[in-house]
Amino acid sequence: MQETPLTVPPVPPPLQADPPGAHQRKGAVEGSATWSLADRIGLAICWALGLFFCAIAIAIVVYLMIQGIKFLRPEMLWTPAAAGFSESETGGFSDALFGTMIVATLGIALALPTGIAIAVWLVEYGRPAALARITESTIEAIAGIPSIVLALFGTVIFSSSALGFLSRSTEGIVFGRSFFAAGTMLSLVALPLIVASVREGLNSIPRHVREASYAVGKTKAATTRRILLPTCRPQVATGAMLGLGRIIGDTAIIVVLLGATQNFAPVEGAAFPFDYLRGAGTTLTNFVYEASPTGNLNQPQKAYAAAFVLLLMVLALNAAVDVVHRRARKVGTWSH
Amino acid sequence: MEPLISPPPIRRLPLEDPEPAKEATEQLKPSGDGPHQSGFTTAKRSVGAPQFSIRRMEIDEVSVHYGAKEAVKRVSLPVRQGEVLALIGPSGCGKTTLLRSLNRLTELTTSARLTGRILLDDVDITEIEPTLLRRRVTMVFQQPNPFPMSVFDNIAYVLREQGSRRARKKTLEPAVHSALDRAGLLEEVKDNLDHPALKLSGGQQQRLCIARALAAEPEVLLLDEPCSALDPKSTQVIEDLIVKLRDDVAVVIVTHNLQQAYRIADHVAFMYLGDLVEYNSATALFGSPREQRTKEYVSGAFG
Repeated sequence: MQETPLTVPPVPPPLQADPPGAHQRKGAVEGSATWSLADRIGLAICWALGLFFCAIAIAIVVYLMIQGIKFLRPEMLWTPAAAGFSESETGGFSDALFGTMIVATLGIALALPTGIAIAVWLVEYGRPAALARITESTIEAIAGIPSIVLALFGTVIFSSSALGFLSRSTEGIVFGRSFFAAGTMLSLVALPLIVASVREGLNSIPRHVREASYAVGKTKAATTRRILLPTCRPQVATGAMLGLGRIIGDTAIIVVLLGATQNFAPVEGAAFPFDYLRGAGTTLTNFVYEASPTGNLNQPQKAYAAAFVLLLMVLALNAAVDVVHRRARKVGTWSH
Repeated sequence: MEPLISPPPIRRLPLEDPEPAKEATEQLKPSGDGPHQSGFTTAKRSVGAPQFSIRRMEIDEVSVHYGAKEAVKRVSLPVRQGEVLALIGPSGCGKTTLLRSLNRLTELTTSARLTGRILLDDVDITEIEPTLLRRRVTMVFQQPNPFPMSVFDNIAYVLREQGSRRARKKTLEPAVHSALDRAGLLEEVKDNLDHPALKLSGGQQQRLCIARALAAEPEVLLLDEPCSALDPKSTQVIEDLIVKLRDDVAVVIVTHNLQQAYRIADHVAFMYLGDLVEYNSATALFGSPREQRTKEYVSGAFG
């Protein structure tokens, strides 16, 4: 298709003094030269703030990269932390790295199905309406609770003797700190983000698309499974990514509910994965805190190295979500 | 409460056609397929008289309320296989609501309440399980809405049992091909059935939606302004298709386009503010309308 040039009346000469560069502008585009002073100042502020935040983000990434590359040694990734007198004796942070992966897996495995289910129920069913409203407010309330409060609440729950099988317990006293406990509470941190994202995705599907599926004799369940959820894949991915980001970035719940030991502390006598999952441990965020000058270890170089690994994980998540979005764009969408 | 739809201002204009009855008889003959001219009086009917007609659905004193508002008021109409029935009328006159009630899609709107009876082959449709009914009475919507998957999967989704993935691609292939063929789309897409459906052109998308509706092997096909989002060329392709389909399925089409109703419909029902004003054969309704309101509407006086 050939593009027809738009006929736009030429920009009228500015009333005030010409801003520099106004005469060199080619083509009849709307220029800010014709705007009122307040609008021009507003635009300038937007530009300045945008550039400022870009600069901050770039500075963080670049600084961490430089520090990370300088201090990160590959063996840190597979050497657990150890007690020692010199840098070379204290090992790396493999336990923290695996700890992060474990809480992320546990947390998202709980939060993603629950979050999708809640979003589908809210958008597609939502009856009785009062229950839907209560659910909505509850999710919003959870989103607003600081994670340290969730952590405290978690200690109450997971120290109860009924849940003793989820953590270390000796002679009726339940320790209440384990990967299970931390993962469960962290899933609550991720849940509101997943619900919000999936809801947004479901709401963006036009009503007539659902009706087209009902109109060929499909049930609501079949429509949800085969049409609505596949369409929402990008939003599910976004929600999962945001949730994972919050989970691996959380420190409060780790300190309170995971024990924040420097190494894995598996429960003796339990079968393989459960001995670790019922035991205490640590994550990268906690390691960074401990290794920073305020922490007990005070090894800033290792803190930088661990922070760099954390950053890489988040960037990898971002890239993965980008791939899902790009694939969805290839499938196309409805005109509204 | 103020009514949502206020009556449009009625301008009283003399009808331009002095001899409507004579022209109507002429137009009954199958006319040559010249380009459709604009201007209503010069439009040609693109179809001849139906070969046969079997009564499939019976709309009996149907009223539909949305809350306190009565959208359809005691409408009775027959729906026949072998014919195309067009519902015309100004926006908000209840024609889409009536169409949607034929396969119980109105029930998805919680405030909607239907009284009266709708029969499909002499069985009250409220006694037919909705998913079964909607396979027998399928619908095509105003906006082309293929599902975000491949052309093949769009049709296969309809053929498969509910949410199942069963029935392999190979076994479904003949049925998919036949549905696409009936919708006149097979030639254009057969080499690339894996193409994402939403990347087809608007006209192709709408024909895919018709193919999807036909894949369920329905007895009645409901079309809700299927061409309103399409260009004239695609519109003509779809009109020809609808006429071809009328022997296999009873076709009900809602349209804002009077020329379209005239070109393809055998019977036309004119609705106004929920009332069925006039129901007659297309040539009679457009050529010599009995009611004053019909006369004004089809002459373009309002709506």
